[in-house]
Amino acid sequence: MTEQVESLIRKDYSAGFHTSIESETLRPGLDEEVIRFISAKKDEPEWMLDWRLKAFRAWQEMEEPTWAHVHYPTPDFQALSYYSAPKSMANKPKSLDEVDPELLETYAKLGIPLHEQEALAGVAVDAVFDSVSVVTTYRAKLEEAGVIFCSISEAVKRFPDLVKKYLGSVVPQKDNFYAALNSAVFSDGSFVYIPKGVRCPMELSTYFRINEMNTGQFERTLIVADEGSYVSYLEGCTAPMRDENQLHAAVVELVALDDAQIKYSTVQNWYPGDKEGKGGIYNFVTKRGLCQRNARISWTQVETGSAVTWKYPSCILKGDNSVGEFYSVALTNNFQQADTGTKMIHLGKNTRSTIVAKGISAGRSQSAYRGLVRINAGATGARNYTQCDSLLIGDRCGAHTFPYIESKNPSAVIEHEATTSKVSDDQLFLCQQRGLDAEKAVSMIVNGFCREVFKELPMEFAVEAGKLLEVSLEGSVG
Amino acid sequence: MLDIRNLNARVEGADILRNLSLSIKPGEVHAIMGPNGAGKSTLGNVLSGRPGYEVTSGEVSFKGKDLLEMEIEERAREGLFLAFQYPVEIPGVSNMEFLKAAVDARRKHLGLEEMSSFDFMKLARETSKRVSLDAAFLKRGVNEGFSGGEKKRNEIMQMMLLEPSLCILDETDSGLDIDALQVVAAGVNAMRDSERSFIVVTHYQRLLDFIVPDHVHVLAAGRIVKSGGKELALELEAKGYGWLEDEVA
Repeated sequence: MTEQVESLIRKDYSAGFHTSIESETLRPGLDEEVIRFISAKKDEPEWMLDWRLKAFRAWQEMEEPTWAHVHYPTPDFQALSYYSAPKSMANKPKSLDEVDPELLETYAKLGIPLHEQEALAGVAVDAVFDSVSVVTTYRAKLEEAGVIFCSISEAVKRFPDLVKKYLGSVVPQKDNFYAALNSAVFSDGSFVYIPKGVRCPMELSTYFRINEMNTGQFERTLIVADEGSYVSYLEGCTAPMRDENQLHAAVVELVALDDAQIKYSTVQNWYPGDKEGKGGIYNFVTKRGLCQRNARISWTQVETGSAVTWKYPSCILKGDNSVGEFYSVALTNNFQQADTGTKMIHLGKNTRSTIVAKGISAGRSQSAYRGLVRINAGATGARNYTQCDSLLIGDRCGAHTFPYIESKNPSAVIEHEATTSKVSDDQLFLCQQRGLDAEKAVSMIVNGFCREVFKELPMEFAVEAGKLLEVSLEGSVG
Repeated sequence: MLDIRNLNARVEGADILRNLSLSIKPGEVHAIMGPNGAGKSTLGNVLSGRPGYEVTSGEVSFKGKDLLEMEIEERAREGLFLAFQYPVEIPGVSNMEFLKAAVDARRKHLGLEEMSSFDFMKLARETSKRVSLDAAFLKRGVNEGFSGGEKKRNEIMQMMLLEPSLCILDETDSGLDIDALQVVAAGVNAMRDSERSFIVVTHYQRLLDFIVPDHVHVLAAGRIVKSGGKELALELEAKGYGWLEDEVA
C-alpha cells in the first residue's frame, strides 16, 4: 500500500506560473549602498534609514542558525537581489484603473480578484508583488471605521509616530539572523492599526507573490490593535515554479493592547519544489505577538508550501489574564522540510495558552514540531495545554517533536499530549470496503486529522484550506 | 449469489486457502466454523479484496460477475459488505460524514440520487436506535474511543444503512457480552430476506443460537472438510474440532 499512498500524494502546483512583466531589479549583493538605495527608493525619512542600517550592522555580526531539523545549502546572500518592482509601479498608480492589467490578471489567476465589486465580500486585500504593494482594496470603507490598512512603506511616511513606536517593539532588529536581515532590507508588507474599541468591520488580508527570479522577498507586517479592539487578518502566499531556491524572510509583529484581540491566519502555499526536491522557497519567518492585559492573540496556520520552512509564531503574554493560541497544520510532501511550532512566554498572572499542532508528512519529507512553553516567576496561575499530533503517509517520511518546557512558578499547570499515527492500510481498507475510492478516503482521513485546526480559520478560508490539502495530496493513492 | 471454485490464496508467502469451493444462493445464511488458523478470516479478506491477500488460482463469481477482477470499492458498491473483526478508528472524521459518503457511493453506483443531508440524518438516527447506539455516536469520529461492543454495533449499523446483497460477518461475536450479542443478532435477523445472503464466520456455536444458519461448514487447513445443517454446529460444540482434523489427516 505504500506505493499506493505514494502515488496519491503526487501533486501539481497550480500557482506556479510566471508573469512576464518588466521589472526594475537591483543588482545582486548586499551592502550599505543597497540599503540606502532601498530606503531612497521608498522615499523614507532619515530615522527609518538609520533603523535599517543599525539592523544591517547587527546582521553582519550574526550567524545563520543551524539548530533546526532542516538541511539545505547556505544561501549566498551576495548572489541575491534585494529589491525588485514592476516598472509600471514606479509612478505609484493612484487607483486600480492605473494599475498594470498584467498585475491584476496575475492576482485574478490566483483567485484573488482586486476589483472590489468582484472581491470576496467582507475581505479587504493588500496585494504585494515582489518588493512592492500593488494595491489595497476597501480602504475608504475601512477609513470610515478609523481602521488604517496600507502598505508599510506608506505607513512609514503617513503614520511615522505609530510606526516608530511599534516597529521592532516585539521583534527587535537583533532578534535573530533572519529578523535582522529583514529589518535591514524589508521592502514592503502591510500595516494595520485598529483604534480603541473598534471591531474591524471586515477581514483584512495580504496576498504575497514572488515573481522575479533570484530575488528574495522580505516583507514586514505590523498590526497594532488598540485597547478593546478586534481584528481578524489573513495572509496567503504563492510563487512561480523554478529550479532555483528562493529566499523569503519575513517578520510579522502583532501588538494587542489591553482587552484587544488579534486573530492571525496564514495559508502558506509557496512553491515547494518539484518531486525530486529541486527548487522551492526557503521560508524563514519570525512572527511574534505581544499581549497586554486581558488581550488575546490567536495564530492559525496552514502550511503546505515551501521547500524549507523555519517558523515559530509566538506570543508574549505580558499582561495579566492574557491568552495566546497557536493552531497549526503543516503538510510536507516529496522532499519538503518543515521545522515549525511556537513559543508561549508567560509573564503575567493567570495567563493561558493553547497549542494544537498537526503535522502531516508524506513522500520523503521531514516535519518537526518545535515548541517552547516558558512560565516566568511572576506568572502565578499560568496554564498551558499543548497537543501535537503527527500523521505519516507512507514509510519514507519522518515526523519529529521537540517540546521545551521551562517553568519557574510552582503554581503553573502545563499539559502536553502527543501522538503519532499513520494513515494505515486498515483505515484505507475500511473506507474502500465501504465503497469510497482511495483518493477520497485519504483526503477524508487527512481532513479529519486537521479538523481542530480548520475550525479556527475564518469561514471563507476553511474551505480553501481543505481544498488545498486535497490538491496537495492528489494522486497519493492509486 | 456467490460461487467460489477451487480458490487458492496466500498471505505473506504462506498458502492459506487450498482449493476452497463454496456456493451460496440468495437468501441463505452460511456459517463458517473452524479452529484458529484454519483460514476463516482469510476468506472474508480475500473476497473483499484486502491488499496482501493474494489469489493464486481459482474463480469467484458474485452476482454473475468476476469478483476477483473488481477493485475493492467496486465490490463494496456492488453489494459486498465485510463486518470487521477489529474495526479501526478514523479520528476527526465524523461517523455521520463517513456513513453518508459510503451510502452516497453505493447509491451512485445503483443509479440513485444522493440523499439529502436531512433525509440521511433522519435515517441514520433511526438506524442507530435499532442497534441501541445513542445518536451521539453519529457525531463522534469513526469508531473513535468506542468500546469493543460499540464498534461491532457500529459495523451492524453500517450494514443496515448500506443494504448489501452479501454480508460477511468476521467473528463479529468476539469480545461481545450476551446483551451486545443479542443486539447484533437481532440486527442481522431483521435484515434476512429471500434476496440477501450472509456468511457468518465464527469460532463458537453461541452466535448461531441467535443467528440460525441454513448451512454450516467446517474449515480446516484452508479447505472445507465438512458441511451440514445447523445441527453440525452443535456437534462441533460437543466434540471440538480435533476429530475432524484427524479425519482429514
